[in-house]
Formats: sequence, C-alpha cells, structure tokens
Amino acid sequence: MWGAMAKPKDTAAHLKDAIDENLRKIYHEILNEDIPDRFKDLIEQLRKKEGGK
Amino acid sequence: MTEHDAPAADPRDDLPHHLPAMRAFAISLTRDLTAADDLVQDTIVKAWSNFDKFQSGSNLRAWLFTILRNTFYSDRRKRRREVMDSDGVHAATLFVKPAHDARLAMTDFLGAFNQLTPEHREVLVLVGASGFSYEDAATMTGVAVGTVKSRVSRARLRLCELLGLQAGEDIVAEMDGATKAVMSRSTTQAA
Repeated sequence: MWGAMAKPKDTAAHLKDAIDENLRKIYHEILNEDIPDRFKDLIEQLRKKEGGK
Repeated sequence: MTEHDAPAADPRDDLPHHLPAMRAFAISLTRDLTAADDLVQDTIVKAWSNFDKFQSGSNLRAWLFTILRNTFYSDRRKRRREVMDSDGVHAATLFVKPAHDARLAMTDFLGAFNQLTPEHREVLVLVGASGFSYEDAATMTGVAVGTVKSRVSRARLRLCELLGLQAGEDIVAEMDGATKAVMSRSTTQAA
C-alpha cells in the first residue's frame, strides 16, 4: 500500500509542474487573444508624429 | 504587418510582435483588463520615446517588460493607499481546497494567483510562464538572481497555501491521520 503512494519529494515536484503548467496555459490563452486596435492606432500615431521614420 | 521572428533593423517595427506578451504580462500584474490595456498603452508611449536607449541586438521583449513593470510599480506607488486596501480585501478571501481532485482547477488556481503580491505574480509569469531565465528576470526586476530564485519558490509555496495544498505533501488524495503520521515520519527521515 505504501509502495503505491508517491513520495513527498515527487509530489512537491508534481505540484511545481502543475503550477507552471497552469501559468503557461493562462499566459498562452491571453497571448492568443486579438490585440485591440487602439494599440495599432497608437503606434500609427507615434510614427506620424515622428515624421515617418 | 508581416509576421517575422528575426529582429528588424528598427526595433520599432518589432514592437507590435511583442504586444500580446506585453498584454499577458500586464494582465497578470494588474488583474484587470482595462488597467492592463492602459498599462500597455503607457508602455508603448514610453518605449517609443526611449528607443534611442535600446541597445540593438539585446532582448527587446525583456526591455519592454522592464518598462512595463516599472510603469506598473510607479503607478502603484502613486495610488498606494487605494491598492493596499483592495489587496487587504483580496487577502481576506479564503479559498477552498478542490475536493478529491489531483488536478488544480483553473478557476481555483487563478483565484489564488490573483491573491499573490505583485512581486510574486511577476516572477511566476516571468520565470514560470514566459520562460525568462533567472538572470534575465533579475535584470528586469532590478534585484539579485538569488532574490528572484527565492521569490519564485516562495510564490509557489504561497500559491499552494492559498489552494489549501501543502508543498511536500500528497495532493493526490485526502489522507487520514494515520497515513499522515507515516508520511511525516518518512519526510523527517528523508530530510
């Protein structure tokens, strides 16, 4: 019975992996969202102000 | 706009390429979409007027992230009292351990993540999610590498606490007292 159980060290590593996996999932979900037009417009504006570099 | 991975001659041309990552980082710091987009906007404006200080060939994303987090913390200092109050409210919220489930539920996870301090959220996103090295994260946050390392591990521990999980213990199943006694003896021996 004891042998079937994960050792504490393994579960700590498992926990760390689970945390990082969740972090990446959330992060990548946001990465795949469309960028609001306001940022493209802003960059356009900044370029114009600069005198068309 | 063309998609490209090689750096452009003018780093300004690469800026749009980093916007999704900047937005993800901003959301993790502000925990609020509107505030995050305002932060990204301020970062773009600041970056634009400082591009002459950008060293070509160096990591543009790290440079942009640095401006973004510095802007976030300086805004936060300006609104300190307000922010501390809202953090207090968040900290008072207790999260329930996900029952009989080895997998962390995403909503529980996000709820716990959002209760972390910005410093902890920041290192977790930089190191855990975006894959920056400890060294890069140290440069970006302006602290020593050792500080980043200990922050990351403290942030993970705090997340576990908030989720009702104890690091080093079994999260796979609920344990009875007898099993716990065996486990803790074994931990002591292993240490």
